[in-house]
Amino acid sequence: MRQLNCKIIENKKVAQRFYKMRIEAPYIARKAQAGQFVEVKCSCGTDPLLRRPLGVHRVLKNEIELLYKAVGRGTELLSKKEKGQALDVIGPLGDGFTLPGPPVSGPMPIILIAGGIGAAPLVALAESLAFSAKRIAYRKKQKTYVLIGAKTKSHILCESEFKKIGCEVKVSTEDGSKGKKCLATELLEDLLNIIRYPLNAAIYACGPVGMLKVVAKIAEWRKLPCQVSLEERMACGVGVCLGCPVKMKGNKYKMVCKDGPVFDAKEIAW
Amino acid sequence: MTLEVRIGKLRLKNPVMAASGTFGPEYGELVDINKLGAYIAKTITLNERVGNPPPRVVDTPSGMLNAIGLENKGLDDFVKNKLPKLKNIKIPIIASIAGVNAAEFGKLAKVLSRTERIAAIEINLSCPNAPYSPRGRRACPNVQHGKRDFLIAQNESATRQIVEAARKAASLTIIAKLSPNVTDITRIAKAAEEAGADAVSLINTFIGMAVDIETKRPVLGNVTGGLSGPAIKPIALRMVRETYEKVKIPIIGIGGIMDYKDAVEFILCGASAIQVGTANFVNPRASIEIIEGVKKYMAKHKISGIKELTGALRK
Ligand SMILES: Cc1cc2nc3c(=O)[nH]c(=O)nc-3n(C[C@H](O)[C@H](O)[C@H](O)COP(=O)(O)OP(=O)(O)OC[C@H]3O[C@@H](n4cnc5c(N)ncnc54)[C@H](O)[C@@H]3O)c2cc1C
Ligand SMILES: Cc1cc2nc3c(=O)[nH]c(=O)nc-3n(C[C@H](O)[C@H](O)[C@H](O)COP(=O)(O)O)c2cc1C
Ligand code: FES
Repeated sequence: MRQLNCKIIENKKVAQRFYKMRIEAPYIARKAQAGQFVEVKCSCGTDPLLRRPLGVHRVLKNEIELLYKAVGRGTELLSKKEKGQALDVIGPLGDGFTLPGPPVSGPMPIILIAGGIGAAPLVALAESLAFSAKRIAYRKKQKTYVLIGAKTKSHILCESEFKKIGCEVKVSTEDGSKGKKCLATELLEDLLNIIRYPLNAAIYACGPVGMLKVVAKIAEWRKLPCQVSLEERMACGVGVCLGCPVKMKGNKYKMVCKDGPVFDAKEIAW
Repeated sequence: MTLEVRIGKLRLKNPVMAASGTFGPEYGELVDINKLGAYIAKTITLNERVGNPPPRVVDTPSGMLNAIGLENKGLDDFVKNKLPKLKNIKIPIIASIAGVNAAEFGKLAKVLSRTERIAAIEINLSCPNAPYSPRGRRACPNVQHGKRDFLIAQNESATRQIVEAARKAASLTIIAKLSPNVTDITRIAKAAEEAGADAVSLINTFIGMAVDIETKRPVLGNVTGGLSGPAIKPIALRMVRETYEKVKIPIIGIGGIMDYKDAVEFILCGASAIQVGTANFVNPRASIEIIEGVKKYMAKHKISGIKELTGALRK
């Protein structure tokens, strides 16, 4: 990890309240793994005082992209930053997704499930899966499905990005304005019932904790490996303040920033 | 010109330390820890504590609230597992301890004073998130109990008793860390001095809270938490100044120090050294920048040593 002053290359609105920012950060671009995050200083002064954690959305050559939703003071300020300005960033931080190993036999369906802004880090994962498929023989036969759940049509994020990477994308909305009218977790059940080799599936999820909980249950029920990316309020982002706990089975806390943000769903005390 | 300071038997190459609970070897990738005056480890207790439920941190205008709940794995783990991992840290390591009664503080102090890498002990009398347990209350009979949980540092005789216990158990430098959640901090500082503390450090955090109006719930899992950061600096300065007028032992100033100017303000008010806490989260390089800044300030004002500045506030 490093603390860097990065130049903002682009900061644009991609949907209502959603923004995409591209910053120059060769070090982070070289080091970042899908699922890792950065801590961004949103204000120049002391309000808000703390940095804000944002997942690495895409890794480019010398640059990284962040996809974020303006939900409060910090992210509002971030959305007003202009290209050419400097951004104080610490990263890459945390433990990212672990790519699946070889299946015992047959092809391996990989399922990415995103709720709302949870699509952001899963794009990085889809890209690194696609990249590894070019080099690792057993991955050539794998197929990546992406399930995106959103409140309404305009909140569906990254659909075209995932398609461009070569994933099969299915969408659901709570109001039925696009795709099936249901939660993303229902798409997951549907998919597991129709795909071939469902027992070989590996699941990766990022989204609201309610969704992750259901995904974890489905995975446990079907005995499928499942990794989830969690969120918690953070201060240091590196594991020193013990400010971002998640309760694990056995009445122990782990830190989302250092031990996560990606965890094996089985280990968490949902 | 020298930045060196002495706190009890402790000799520091500069007056800038990392405050307990806000710094650790994890920052080693971002800053050269060995440039600091000292590193104060996260408070440990005799036995493991799991800590408070989330959320544990939230920011407030120019500050933050924390309710960590003294999560730590206990004394044995600290000595056996944590300390060996700090072998790259060459500066003095100060252990911070908390307990529920004098016997626990005594035991912690005794074991740590026999532990090679520990240069001094800071007694955390002031953590608002780990109030005396009911068992501990009985073990500390001098203390009056209100309805709310209290802190040792809110009571002179409890402070005296705990500092004496640590003093008896350890020959190392003992620093008593005080709470600002009191009507008159100078009386507590005086009690610590009389009980044999080599120095006092102030302040710890102010008890506060934050509310989410949509859910109508407190933001923090623990309901209340400790306020730190720039928001508390003016009160911390006032407390350091008042204490400087009442005690003879060195004062370590803490509270919202973000840059060298803040540090110099504390030193002028009577601090012999300072600690940087919340600023580490905002800018991990803060302490290093403060050391550089203080050096330049001293050169500019032709000051040869920190001692010359300590308490040099003009009327
Ligand atoms: C590892 C990690 C990766 C993240 N990646 C992304 C990302 O790629 N894109 C994105 O838009 N957001 C991401 N988040 C969430 C993002 O950090 C918060 O939305 C942001 O901190 C809110 O700051 P604010 O000042 O705008 O809002 P505040 O005014 O602080 O709070 C507004 C609302 O956001 C909620 N909130 C505050 N902090 C967090 C937090 N750390 N996690 C979750 N909710 C929070 C609060 O409960 C409140 O309701 C991530 C969080 C974590 C922990
Ligand atoms: C997240 C966090 C954890 C802390 N943990 C401890 C602790 O374990 N022991 C202690 O004595 N003080 C602890 N403190 C208090 C700080 O050491 C310091 O006294 C206080 O934050 C005021 O200084 P600041 O405004 O520079 O942060 C903690 C503070 C924060 C913000
Ligand atoms: S944010 Fe400090 S430990 Fe995770």
